Amino acid sequence: MQIGIPRESHPRERRVAATPKTVGQLVALGYDVVIESGAGHAASFDDPAYAVAGARVVDREAVWRSDIVHKINPPTDEEIGLLRPGTVLVGLMAPALDPDLVEKLRAAGVTGMAMDAVPRISRAQSLDVLSSMANIAGYRAVVEAAHEFGSFFTGQVTAAGKVPPAKVLVAGAGVAGLAAIGTARSLGAIVRATDARAEVAEQVESMGAEFLAVELPTEQTGPSASGYAKEMGEEYNRRAAELYASQLPDIDIVVTTALIPGKPAPRLITAEMVGSMKPGSVIVDMAAANGGNVEGSVADELVVTDTGVKIIGYTDLAGRLPTQASQLYGTNLVNLMKLLTPGKDGQLVLDFDDVVQRNMTVARDGELLWPPPPIQVSAAPAPVPAGPPPPKEVAKAESTGPRDLTRRHVYMAVAAVVFLGITALSKGTFLAPFTVFALAVVIGFYVIGNVAHALHTPLMSVTNAISGIIIVGALLQLGASGVASTGAVAVLAFVATLVASINIFGGFTVTRRMLTMFRKG
Amino acid sequence: MSTDIALVGGAYLVAAILFILSLAGLSRHESAKQGNTYGIVGMVIALAATLWLAGQAAGLPQWAAILVAMAIGAVVGIRLAVRVEMTGMPELIAMLHSFVGLAAVLVGYNTYLVSSGSQPGALTALAVGATSGGEDAVHLVEIFLGVFIGAVTFTGSIVAFLKLSAKISSRPLMLPARHWLNLAAVVASLGLMVWFVVAPSLVPLVAMTVIALAFGWHLVASIGGGDMPVVISMLNSYSGWAAAAAGFMLSNDLLIVTGALVGSSGAYLSYIMCQAMNRSFISVIAGGFGSDGAVTGPEVDYGEHRETTAEEVADLLKAARSVVITPGYGMAVAQAQYPVADLTAKLRERGVEVRFGIHPVAGRLPGHMNVLLAEAKVPYDIVLEMDEINEDFPDTDVVLVIGANDTVNPAAMDDPSSPIAGMPVLEVWNAKEVIVFKRSMAAGYAGVQNPLFFRDNTAMLFGDAKDRVEDIIKAL
Repeated sequence: MQIGIPRESHPRERRVAATPKTVGQLVALGYDVVIESGAGHAASFDDPAYAVAGARVVDREAVWRSDIVHKINPPTDEEIGLLRPGTVLVGLMAPALDPDLVEKLRAAGVTGMAMDAVPRISRAQSLDVLSSMANIAGYRAVVEAAHEFGSFFTGQVTAAGKVPPAKVLVAGAGVAGLAAIGTARSLGAIVRATDARAEVAEQVESMGAEFLAVELPTEQTGPSASGYAKEMGEEYNRRAAELYASQLPDIDIVVTTALIPGKPAPRLITAEMVGSMKPGSVIVDMAAANGGNVEGSVADELVVTDTGVKIIGYTDLAGRLPTQASQLYGTNLVNLMKLLTPGKDGQLVLDFDDVVQRNMTVARDGELLWPPPPIQVSAAPAPVPAGPPPPKEVAKAESTGPRDLTRRHVYMAVAAVVFLGITALSKGTFLAPFTVFALAVVIGFYVIGNVAHALHTPLMSVTNAISGIIIVGALLQLGASGVASTGAVAVLAFVATLVASINIFGGFTVTRRMLTMFRKG
Repeated sequence: MSTDIALVGGAYLVAAILFILSLAGLSRHESAKQGNTYGIVGMVIALAATLWLAGQAAGLPQWAAILVAMAIGAVVGIRLAVRVEMTGMPELIAMLHSFVGLAAVLVGYNTYLVSSGSQPGALTALAVGATSGGEDAVHLVEIFLGVFIGAVTFTGSIVAFLKLSAKISSRPLMLPARHWLNLAAVVASLGLMVWFVVAPSLVPLVAMTVIALAFGWHLVASIGGGDMPVVISMLNSYSGWAAAAAGFMLSNDLLIVTGALVGSSGAYLSYIMCQAMNRSFISVIAGGFGSDGAVTGPEVDYGEHRETTAEEVADLLKAARSVVITPGYGMAVAQAQYPVADLTAKLRERGVEVRFGIHPVAGRLPGHMNVLLAEAKVPYDIVLEMDEINEDFPDTDVVLVIGANDTVNPAAMDDPSSPIAGMPVLEVWNAKEVIVFKRSMAAGYAGVQNPLFFRDNTAMLFGDAKDRVEDIIKAL
């Protein structure tokens, strides 16, 4: 089958859905790859490089007539018109926000696979473009902020005076937020982060930032089944607002990344809070495309407020690293094609029993498949029902203590009585050896009590060797067999001596062998 | 008491003390070799004294018989000991247990035959232990018990040997009403003992021996392969009790002391093993773990596992600061200890901190993993016990789980309905990345699915552990 890579038509888009490297991988999967002339130009990939990798460079019409089309941005109406029915179109589609597009694809008989509808499960991570793009965008957000910020990020003591480090607040510790934290940290800033999901505190701290928890009276936080953050309650929002209001006057750079899939972005920072910030501070609103986390942000623009705070609302942050973004996006697509090409023969097979494939497919053969059936994929453990632990267990645990002890005492008493009975019956003949026996048992326990685990095996083989001491009995019987003399006795004693010798010699030898192997490093 | 006998008695006492020192020495690495030497010296003293005593009554044929028997035993024993692969250690130990059991049976029979066959003189009295008449009830009971324990140890160890060397299936044998069979065997033996004491003859003794042999066989046959560490230490204990019983019937204090030492140390080891599995001794002995638990709870969909490659693991290891390796029986099966040791050395050269975490019941013998790693020249001070390493997992970058399964199963802690619930396990999932070496996605010995494999920070590396580790070394 043929895969077509068109040039992106969106005016500010500089990325492309395949790089020479990923083209090579697609060809290796058995596909013919065609690419529109100049498609990779803006991302610094030229046509000859694609040709070397095995693609044919063709014109626009030919690309859109392929069996499979790899794209980044949602197709325009004109582009949908170029598609033949039955074509598989892969790209970002935002099916939840743009049902019209899905309907148009359905009407055109196109199979639409939305790269932004990959479920958040471990196996699908390798094709999750939202993660790979968010990573880039988070990095770029900090770079953009640094570009607009009038000071250093890192603190310095110079001959010209002391420079305090910049303070960065990252709202939302998803992939983008974590990338922003890492970038800001590596530039030397002091980084703080908040998130509605308390369980990400650990990840935030692992990146070297301080986690600012939103204190809640009742347990309302927690992961949602989709692995993304969910909308929070009113009480939470009020407390979060208090947190921002108290933090912002002290902060130089704010990066907001709060997005809830399929919903307008939550408003985290009001105009009043922006007004409380120092002049020259920079806010990057990564959610500007969906309405913005910050009051006053404008999509794709840099706004300077009256108080001198700069609000960056660029929506193409990932696209501002076109080479890197194209490479990661292209690799995500290659991973998708690996999944869809089980035979590695260039034949695309859709398997709707696979939740990943089912989830991504929004339309096929004129049939509307969005939204997909829900799946539970949370990365974090499901919230444990906060009921009391099974009461039965508790009762049992409480009752075992004293009763157990009493029972043990009873057993001991019974054993003592039985023992006394036996000694009385035996008229004491076995008492002397039994004393020796009992004391030896006690010594055995204490001697072995603190043996290192590592020495269990040598210990066992040495006990094997010394339990060969039973040879003593066999030897005496064998030596005396001339006197007591029945043939059977001699034969039995002979065999017993033999096997006991095996034990003695074998046991000690193998113990020595093992012990010489143990060495300190 | 003649001077001879007193002298021999003194020698026996010295030997007994040396045996105690021997076991005490073996509890620490520093003194372990010393301990072994004490044991050898004790044995030499005991044997010399015994030979001297026995030699007084012995004519040329007896001396010849003694020397030939000991020579054959020595040659066989040393050959076995020198040749055995460290992975084959459990089999060897099981075999040695069976010899003690066999010897105890034979000595018991002889004691009965000699004491019932002739009027004992001074020396025969030593050889059979009878102080007067030789047929008083206590003595007969001692003989009976000695043979019983010896016979159980004998066949039990043989079954353990066969299972460990995979000559028979290590699956637990599940006879119907197996607990009743065991009980019946014990009751029948008790009945035979009464008969034997009241009317001594070979008939009840032989009948009991047959029952005890069958009982020992069934006892171990019904225990599964994964419980082998307990079984082995239990049989170790039995072999000690058998020697002690022989000591009773011969009125020989050295045998009693040694037997009791070995018996109690084996019992203690069994206890440690059982604790490590959070199971009672009785439930292990009763057997059948993992197969009568056919109800392993509802089928839970744990999601999908993630596969990785040797190259990716090599990259992870290069970037790691702290690595923990948790080996299991699978490492022994794949003979992967040498490449693992190689990998450890390579990583340590690069400045990566590499340590081993050993679960107490990893392998088929207590301490089995330690011996294998020692054989491959892994220094013992980086080989840690479960309790020493469990706290360190959150600070560990990469954990390599090589051939272990149930001992790293989070279900033991999270899932109260799991058959292994409550068993202490290595908490590897707290590390940043976990790589599981495994041949396939099959469940472990306990028949329990392992949710570890489906965790987000777990990646599976399928294939033979040895080959995979070698691939990683190549990629480093």
